Amino acid sequence: MTAAGTIYFYACALLALAGAGGVVASKNPIRGAMGLLLLILSVAGLFLALHAQFLAAIQLIVYAGAIIILFLFVIMLLGPSASTPSDRRGIAARVFGGGLFGIAGLAALWAVVSAAMASHRTMPMPAPDDSFGGIDAFGSVLFADALVPFELSSALLMVAVLGAMAVARGRQGQKSMSKNELEVAASPFPSPPTRELPAQTAGVFSHEIKAETPKETAS
Amino acid sequence: MIPAEHYVILSALLFITGGVGFLVRRNVLVTLMSIEVMLNASNLALVAFNRSRLAHVATQTYVGASHTGQVFAFFIIAAEAAEVAVGLAIVLAFYRLRRTVRSDEADLLKN
Repeated sequence: MTAAGTIYFYACALLALAGAGGVVASKNPIRGAMGLLLLILSVAGLFLALHAQFLAAIQLIVYAGAIIILFLFVIMLLGPSASTPSDRRGIAARVFGGGLFGIAGLAALWAVVSAAMASHRTMPMPAPDDSFGGIDAFGSVLFADALVPFELSSALLMVAVLGAMAVARGRQGQKSMSKNELEVAASPFPSPPTRELPAQTAGVFSHEIKAETPKETAS
Repeated sequence: MIPAEHYVILSALLFITGGVGFLVRRNVLVTLMSIEVMLNASNLALVAFNRSRLAHVATQTYVGASHTGQVFAFFIIAAEAAEVAVGLAIVLAFYRLRRTVRSDEADLLKN
């Protein structure tokens, strides 16, 4: 049991680190999204090992089901321009900043770990009840103690949806005109109205789509 | 039983990886994904600390070990979903302006 738990933890930890490395190192954002998916699945596995079953389910539903799909949707919408070509400009500053952050973080981690190992004090790991972390116990905490933040988070999500719609929709107007309408608006000599031609309906012999000719120029 | 320190160390390593990716990479999509990595690392640390510190609480509806860290992680997940929705909308608007997703092209407010 202990050996299986140890192997499970290290497998999940290695997969999580591999996924994080894939996010950071991959040229193609699709591969990055797959690395993020790997990270999320392994963190959900670690949640299960930490007796947080409900959070593991939420992690799978919200991340793998919504966030990764949203990332993939945007990446596929952008197409080939989602992956930026490599460019050496300004790489020294970025590598310096990233390296400084990484080295400082690793040094801080090393200091903490060595101090903890020197003091020989370990964090307790008491055995919880079976209901700990399940939907029953979690829900009774969430809807009693954390009720106000829960309702506020629904307001946050609502505002985020409205903001995302407002930002992503962009300016309407120029974009919503059809190509024919744009040409008519841009030409200095608008083409004469085609009313005197025999009335052609849209079909095999028609030269243009009748529904798109501007009606205002005829009157 | 794996000690809780291992989870915290793993969380720190994940956080460092995400932070380095956030600082080094220039693709806005990869930057957003690095933020996701960092938030996941913080969630892992919160849940591990919650598992380690099972304070006994007794309220009207619940008697047992406290879920404070797990509730925190839950709200972080909710905030993260909102962040991704708005962030990807901003990425799309930025792409519509500049036809690229490189973050150093975002200089509309410069000068």
